[in-house]
Amino acid sequence: MKYFVFLAGDGDMGPWDQLSPEAQEAAFAEFGAFDDACNERVDVELLVGEALLDGSTATTMRTRGGEPTVTDGPFAEATEQIGGFYVVEAPDLDTMIDLCRFLPAYDIEIRPVADMG
Amino acid sequence: MTSKSVPSPTWADRALAEIHRTDWGRLLSLLVARTRRLDLAEDALGEAFVRAGERWPTAGVPTNPAGWLYTTASRVVIGHLRSEAIHGRKAPLLAARGDWVQPPVTDDIGELEDERLALILLCCHPALHLSSRSALALRLVIGTTTGDIARLFVVPKSTMAARITRAKKKIVAAGVPLAAPIDHELRTRLDDVCRTIYLAFTAGYAPAGGPDLLRTDLAGEAVELAAILRRLVADASQVRALHGLLLLQHARRDARVRDGRLVTLARQDRSRWHHDEIRSGTELISRVPVGTGYTEELRLQGLIAAEHANAPAASDTRWSTIASLYTRLESLTGSPVVRLNRAVAVGEAQGPEMGLDLIDGLDDALARNHRLHAVRADLARRAGNVALARSSYQAAIGLCANETEKRYLARRLSTLDPPDP
Repeated sequence: MKYFVFLAGDGDMGPWDQLSPEAQEAAFAEFGAFDDACNERVDVELLVGEALLDGSTATTMRTRGGEPTVTDGPFAEATEQIGGFYVVEAPDLDTMIDLCRFLPAYDIEIRPVADMG
Repeated sequence: MTSKSVPSPTWADRALAEIHRTDWGRLLSLLVARTRRLDLAEDALGEAFVRAGERWPTAGVPTNPAGWLYTTASRVVIGHLRSEAIHGRKAPLLAARGDWVQPPVTDDIGELEDERLALILLCCHPALHLSSRSALALRLVIGTTTGDIARLFVVPKSTMAARITRAKKKIVAAGVPLAAPIDHELRTRLDDVCRTIYLAFTAGYAPAGGPDLLRTDLAGEAVELAAILRRLVADASQVRALHGLLLLQHARRDARVRDGRLVTLARQDRSRWHHDEIRSGTELISRVPVGTGYTEELRLQGLIAAEHANAPAASDTRWSTIASLYTRLESLTGSPVVRLNRAVAVGEAQGPEMGLDLIDGLDDALARNHRLHAVRADLARRAGNVALARSSYQAAIGLCANETEKRYLARRLSTLDPPDP
């Protein structure tokens, strides 16, 4: 199965720019450990993984009555924004949950990718 | 497929009902493991039981009834799979762990291991909504009908059917795997399973209106679920503690209602308690070592239940022992409800004033809980504080949603001394 895993909220980590250099270093090590854990498993493949710039850099496009409008800012007016995402091929949800334990303590949503085959 | 009701009590029907009770979960777990089709497996096993109900009364009960049911259900599944293949439909399978080897789909029951533990863990997976987990476990592992599960949780049958369907869809779509988890996960997962079973059990004892005041028959199905789990993982402390606790609480079922009214523990006819179950429950609890976390919570609750159940008469209850068990339970959980129960025990052991002191400060945490006011009212009445008793009974009646309990509180209020003129 293919999973879309996104870092949905700051959780125990807090905002990135408020972390000390040491804490940022530790978080990078955890992201690296996640990559390694994925690579170590023969039945898991890390397909994509990206960090996102913060919500103030986002642009939202909405179409109403056939008319597209473009506005400044993220789609959801939430204080916390998606900070990054992965697309992972994994055999099942338990495996995916196990792997996500390697990531920094962000709030993480795990969503299956629709199988259009 | 009905779980307990037998339309005509012939020998074949009784045999079928007995097999439903003892083998439903085992057969379903094997079918699910072999086919990885939760939807087809459940319907097919239901169909096999219907066919047995039609055939066995005239053709006789087969020598291997469980094998007959398994074979019949397998053939139903295989028929569906063929038809899907012909029509080019591809339904998603249950997820499998990378290291799991799926047993081949055959119609032979063979020597397969029991897959019920995997099925129970699947039903109680934390990725499923809490309210669905108990329902799914009762439906799949015990074979309780959707109608009965709806009755247990006091919701319309259509609501419960939708809830179960949604949970089954999520299991398949999200890739919740059918597989016993690796050892280090099992302990935490079993805590979730125990919470789920306990929730189903307590639902049976939550008072509802009408003739269905308590659903003790269905609480009994939750006890059965705990018994199955204990046989599957005999060495797990939390499972042993849960089973002991449920046996002790359920042993009082026949004394809890009289003439359509709830009977409080102190007024129950103790000769109607099931003393064999009390012995088993007490024995189980006594063999749970002192632990931590949820296991310890269950153990302490079990010890409290054992104190009540083993008192020959209400006046023999060892309230100071119960109070000290509640003190430990409160320090473990920090729960205001536990503190309230502790106050009741302390009120009995050391006098109502001590009990009243303990519930001071609970008003914020339990603002909408009628029991806080009912307990305060009873303690105040015993302490001779009629004014506090009166206002507390009134507050309790205002917050209580259950008519039977409301009437009980109103009777208590009406027997207070009249207010000073």
